[in-house]
Amino acid sequence: MAQIFHRSTNVLSRLSIFGFVFILAGIVWIAYIVNRSPYITEVGMAQVQPVPFSHKHHVSGLGLDCRFCHTSVETSAFAGMPPTETCMTCHSQIWSDSPMLEPVRESYRSNQSIEWNRVYQLPGYVYFDHSIHINKGIGCSTCHGRVDQMPLMWRASPMQMEWCLNCHRNVEQYVRPRAAVYQMDYQPPKDQVALGEKLVKEYKVQKLTDCYTCHR
Amino acid sequence: MALPLLIGVGCRTDMHVQPRYRPMQPSHVFDDGRSARPLIEGTVARGHLRVDELLYTGKVNGKDSEVFPFPITQEILERGQQRFNIYCVPCHDRTGSGNGIIPQRGFRHPPSYHIDRLRQAPVGHFFDVMTNGFGAMYSFASRVSPRDRWAIAAYIRALQLSQQAGLNDVPPAEQHKLLSEGK
Repeated sequence: MAQIFHRSTNVLSRLSIFGFVFILAGIVWIAYIVNRSPYITEVGMAQVQPVPFSHKHHVSGLGLDCRFCHTSVETSAFAGMPPTETCMTCHSQIWSDSPMLEPVRESYRSNQSIEWNRVYQLPGYVYFDHSIHINKGIGCSTCHGRVDQMPLMWRASPMQMEWCLNCHRNVEQYVRPRAAVYQMDYQPPKDQVALGEKLVKEYKVQKLTDCYTCHR
Repeated sequence: MALPLLIGVGCRTDMHVQPRYRPMQPSHVFDDGRSARPLIEGTVARGHLRVDELLYTGKVNGKDSEVFPFPITQEILERGQQRFNIYCVPCHDRTGSGNGIIPQRGFRHPPSYHIDRLRQAPVGHFFDVMTNGFGAMYSFASRVSPRDRWAIAAYIRALQLSQQAGLNDVPPAEQHKLLSEGK
């Protein structure tokens, strides 16, 4: 009976047995890389919105405070999306015939919501509360990045558990004075850890790393 | 090949996307597509009936009040300053003269707080304007709580004083500082 495989294929089969471990490791490595890439985390990917609202213009151009629109961020889990009325506070008179803002005016006339596309979305099994982070001295830009330099919004943080835990474990590296929480261009001082340890005591910040802190 | 495929098929998102509404999530149940429902008119949460006319409307017997509904402390003034700087400064600017960045970009100029009419105006007037809007200004009632509106009104009073202050209003110990800076 003739041989189906040539002798040389023995090398291939030996190689693949030997290489199996490497191939497996390669697949795991690729999965690891992809899972941390913007394909999955959406970090740095601008979201298209019904109105191309620019935080850059409103925050660094006009100097509006975050809380002018996100009114419930100090007191509630949800930072608050401004109702159309908030837009119209100024845009009843400014750019009031701009076609770009027609969806805003239409929403105000018809009392129908503008359907913005979410930028940050946590899974349903994660509990998150804005107010406690704000009141313990975690700045907006720590998680949301330099919003004042974003013409359209994108995610600045991967919002993966590893990322959450990094801060929950090393909070003294991130905490800042309460007065600077909304300051977009805040730079941590050189002695951040010393300041952080002082603020952790002063604000009674707990290092909450129990599962049930977020998964409740 | 089969193993990763099997693992992949095993993935489900039931926990990830749970059948409940998060704030402002759309809903197919209601005609307007909102899961956040407006309160039925006349709804009062237990313990939140607004019986205190002065605190919630700024009026006493239908007239703008001359007094605050609670004592104004340093703490409340500072709260008022902070809220003023968030919500009022874009139009009224930090001194209250009405030259904020928004009027500079084309919005109708608000009057300065330092004109006689507003210096004579009862404090309840400012509360009423914040609550119900005035002229081109929208209501801020949904954005600023009643107590904060009073704190802002108190801070407006402080701003008005600050623009009319003379050297004799400064504590004697501080006067020489101003004089030496002025030279």
